[in-house]
Amino acid sequence: MAPARRDVSPTAEAWRRFRRHRLAVVSSVVLLTMVAMVLVGPWVWPVPINEIDFAAKLQGPSWAHPFGTDDLGQDILARLLYGGRISLAVGLAAMVVAITVGVVIGATAGIGPGWVDGALMWLTDLFLTLPQLPLLILLMYLFRDPLKAIAGPEVGVFVLVVAVIGGFRWMPVARLVRAQFFSLREKEFVEAARALGASTSRQVTRHILPNALGPVIVAGSIDVAAAIIAESTLSFLGLGFPSDIPTWGSVLRDAKDTMDFAPHWAIFPGAAIFLAVLTINFIGDGLRDALDPRRVL
Amino acid sequence: MTEPLLRVENLVKQFPIRGGLLSRVVDKVHAVDGVSFEVGAGETLGIVGESGCGKSTTGRCILRLIEPTSGEVWFEGRNVTAMDKTALRALSRDMQIIFQDPYASLNPRLTVGAIIAEALIIHKLAKTSREMEDRVVQLLETVGLQPDHMRRFPHEFSGGQRQRIGIGRALAVEPKLIVCDEPVSALDVSIQAQVINLLEDLQAKFNLTYLFIAHDLSVVEHISTRVAVMYLGRVVEIAPSHALYTNPLHPYTEALLSAVPIPDPTVKRKRIRLEGDVPNPIRPPPGCHFHTRCPIAQARCSIEAPTLKDAGGGHQVACHFRG
Repeated sequence: MAPARRDVSPTAEAWRRFRRHRLAVVSSVVLLTMVAMVLVGPWVWPVPINEIDFAAKLQGPSWAHPFGTDDLGQDILARLLYGGRISLAVGLAAMVVAITVGVVIGATAGIGPGWVDGALMWLTDLFLTLPQLPLLILLMYLFRDPLKAIAGPEVGVFVLVVAVIGGFRWMPVARLVRAQFFSLREKEFVEAARALGASTSRQVTRHILPNALGPVIVAGSIDVAAAIIAESTLSFLGLGFPSDIPTWGSVLRDAKDTMDFAPHWAIFPGAAIFLAVLTINFIGDGLRDALDPRRVL
Repeated sequence: MTEPLLRVENLVKQFPIRGGLLSRVVDKVHAVDGVSFEVGAGETLGIVGESGCGKSTTGRCILRLIEPTSGEVWFEGRNVTAMDKTALRALSRDMQIIFQDPYASLNPRLTVGAIIAEALIIHKLAKTSREMEDRVVQLLETVGLQPDHMRRFPHEFSGGQRQRIGIGRALAVEPKLIVCDEPVSALDVSIQAQVINLLEDLQAKFNLTYLFIAHDLSVVEHISTRVAVMYLGRVVEIAPSHALYTNPLHPYTEALLSAVPIPDPTVKRKRIRLEGDVPNPIRPPPGCHFHTRCPIAQARCSIEAPTLKDAGGGHQVACHFRG
């Protein structure tokens, strides 16, 4: 007979399983280090982000400027430490928005009556076919100034950027969740819950949704990366944060013209985005496996 | 005559097939086509028939897991087909179902304890968590599992054990009627016997009534008091188990019984081979559904559908020439 098991809470069990996923654990450490760096970095490395020094422009890494300088002689390390806050926050917040909206719409479509499903999928298709760039420009044009007036330049733009990026990325998640719901709601264990008298909300929250989350976690981790890139697109068009506020995306974009003779300028922000995206993807994998009891870990 | 526990009257279920530009209903699958029967308390009614004859649909319509197109289901004098959501929820304490596939019927993300406790939570059958745990342990023991199994997940169990978990879940509400939808079809033969014996023990212990759906005639013969044979959405013969097996009246039942393997190679017998396949349930043949394959069919059979008529001793058959 198998030895009696210790009585552990589901959270503790998930944490135990997560720790078995070596890449996910390493990734968590790396990502947490990056988060800690962008949070406390500006105090540890107290170099102003916009101190212009043409005498030191486009220098490679040195003790004075560990990541080198840009074409205005600004310190790239300082700019990345500061910009990382915005990029990581935008990426994570936009992912949360996209996943939340996507799960709610996909779940409602997947469990609701036919006409609700029809209407919501029509809306999803509409959002997918909308020309995003002109619409982004319009939204930014319409709402940037009012929001700035209410919440200040940084917070106002942050809210708008997150809403716009998240608001245009929920459709694949909604489709994914709806498809999962369609297959899961016919499963016999859901039928069994219905036969036991479980309400629709109980069927969804206890039986359908937990079994539909695997692909959503993966989609979410990819969304973080896409949101970081999307934010740089917005700043490229002059629609995101003002150009004097650096983000990883905007530093990378500024570097593109001098890539031939000052590659360091592009390499460091590129590496930062790459590391963030990669670690978040591995953490997503680890989470998915840790939350699936069928997987032996 | 006393009211039977369950009475099904002229149950019909048609699944619409949608197609075309505006997804209009272009056709219908006649899954269940006017089924009537009664099940008395403590009895086991076996329902047999080949794949697609509507036996599972009938079982699910009785629990309203599938909404019947027309017809009525009466349980203890209450009209199930007319019930609203609240009444249906209350009904789920009396009627339960056991599923065919023990792998698909248990939520892989819940522990066995949580799966069995679900009904207790929904119907508030336990006041404290202590009481809940005691009840789960008791149910696990009732179906022949260990108390410490409650902390494990379904994938850690074999098919037979999983089926026991499914039975425990159904028993949690102390139902009167259990619809067993091919509960042993997915199991090994050796395990089948264990599960059948468990079902019989539970029936004796809790005075359960079973609606036992299967395609294996020998399994049904063993457990059933009465057996109904279905063909293409209709009941063609219904009789006490012994009478049906020793004296089948309907030609389809005869053919089915002649296909049951006998574990004795020296026994010689006449096999009745049916020609062709089961007709498409989208366009079932007119008249008697079986006439396209029936060895004794005549002109009348393709025009007039036979009704179930009494052949004595509770034996009913739907054939123009038999009974």
